[in-house]
Amino acid sequence: MSQLDLTSQALDIRPRPRLQYQALEPRALKSGFLTGLTWLAALLAAVPLFSVIYMLLIQGGTRLFGADIAEVLTGLPPAGFEMGGGIGPAIVGTLIMVGIASAISIPLGILAAIYLGVLDSTSKIAKTARFLAKVLTGFPSILAGVFVYAVIVIRFGYSATAGGVALAVLMLPTVVLAAEEAMSQVPQRMKDAAYGMGCTRTQVIWKVVLPTGLPGILTGVMLAIAGASGESAPLLFTALFSNYYISELAEPTASLSILIYNFSGMPFQNQIELAWTASLVLVLIVLVFNILARILGRPKV
Amino acid sequence: MNATAEALFVAEPYQPTDDVVIDCQVDKIFYGDFLAVRDSTVPIEKKKITGFIGPSGCGKSTVLRSLNRMNDLISVFRFQGSVMYHGQDIYAKKVDPVVVRRYIGMVFQQPNPFSMSIFDNVAFGLRLNRYKGDIEERVERALQRAALWKEVKDKLKNSGLSLSGGQQQRLCIARAIATEPDVLLMDEPCSALDPIATRQVEELMLELKENYTLALVTHNMQQATRVADTTAFFSVDISQGGRTGYLVEMGPTRQVFEDPREQLTKEYISGEFS
Repeated sequence: MSQLDLTSQALDIRPRPRLQYQALEPRALKSGFLTGLTWLAALLAAVPLFSVIYMLLIQGGTRLFGADIAEVLTGLPPAGFEMGGGIGPAIVGTLIMVGIASAISIPLGILAAIYLGVLDSTSKIAKTARFLAKVLTGFPSILAGVFVYAVIVIRFGYSATAGGVALAVLMLPTVVLAAEEAMSQVPQRMKDAAYGMGCTRTQVIWKVVLPTGLPGILTGVMLAIAGASGESAPLLFTALFSNYYISELAEPTASLSILIYNFSGMPFQNQIELAWTASLVLVLIVLVFNILARILGRPKV
Repeated sequence: MNATAEALFVAEPYQPTDDVVIDCQVDKIFYGDFLAVRDSTVPIEKKKITGFIGPSGCGKSTVLRSLNRMNDLISVFRFQGSVMYHGQDIYAKKVDPVVVRRYIGMVFQQPNPFSMSIFDNVAFGLRLNRYKGDIEERVERALQRAALWKEVKDKLKNSGLSLSGGQQQRLCIARAIATEPDVLLMDEPCSALDPIATRQVEELMLELKENYTLALVTHNMQQATRVADTTAFFSVDISQGGRTGYLVEMGPTRQVFEDPREQLTKEYISGEFS
């Protein structure tokens, strides 16, 4: 008879209950085993992440945190057999193109999200747009590059603008879906309160829905920016590369991801070291955006 | 009118003894094809508390929300009748519901402060109306009138959502009265509150009626006897298959509870059905 089978005995002849932990009981063993298994799985999942960061710090850190940090961050990419040099144009290029992409996709995405999440969430247009946005989040990024190549590059040539547009195409669905989610989670009773105060629909959105949903919107925006910063395939078709600092938006432009791609394949130690450094810088940029998302994503009051 | 409609009960109209601020005459209120309320005349008198009581689904909230056109937010809502406010029908074509709601404020069943600071919550309506005077002074006065000032005066920057349920509801009342609306509609304002918070809000209502006109929907009949000057009793008519609410009786609270005219009222207040 199992110890737990209490109910079959009459109340007054039951033994005194044993309430202490029974370490070797099958139930306790199973629980311990499963807890251990989840620990192990969590550790295994963290291994790739930490090994990548470790490798980047070891390989890229020597140049980045070395004596010639200023040259690395601002210098021009070296030619073959040349020593020294840096990744300055690529850093600036990446930031400018992500900036262009943000300037296009954030306002457009938030406006679309207002329509989807607040104004007319059940209309046919909204349902179609939402479905397309979901499909686009899984869109192979190289196709964004090919698309912009066909529409812009063939006519106007490689440029930072074309790169920015390609990144915007990739950012847009993330911004739309995150902003819609954030705004549709604003409780109806808060909107009712605003209407009850005599707000127009515009005022309800502007004064209550957007501020209340802002943390969620910003988180989505920052994740989209972080994702776009690391893209390489779409830039290959649109911004190409350049060895010099960008002087106007209509010329081919360097980016960190393409620099990594170019330099990592070269047979020179100097270039390979710089590719590692650029990788580390890229990760740090993404990290900064993620931390910003965390900070801005916290509710203010 | 067809034969069945002629047999329908219609309450004897209540003869107001004071100035009427809102004269509400409902012919029919529809949600889509569903007839929610019919034939109810509810005059709201100045600087009094008018209580709306009745069983669930009797349309008392629907009528209350029709008084400041809150129901317009429901797309299938249709109102037939008139709501006269200062000589104008608020359902007239030219009337902007947004403006109506600035004069006729509302407090809801669930406390619903905005996700902003206590101060900003109360200042919301003032800023909305581009109030030019001293906002801080008005916020303090509204919070004092809502009997919340002492509890929050040192933490006006904290979130309105950090307060307890009862405090949140008093904050919502402060927010509603900061702009000095003419009339305050309260839709079961205490149903989410504990007895102590309920008592505080009730005392507050009695103080508010010195300056404002109040209309109060309540599930709690004791609450109606404690605070309402006049009481309107609604019931729901299921004889025709639908669930249509209508006014059964309206009069001074004491009379409705102690000497009701209608049998239905007597049964309801004595707890024979609910």
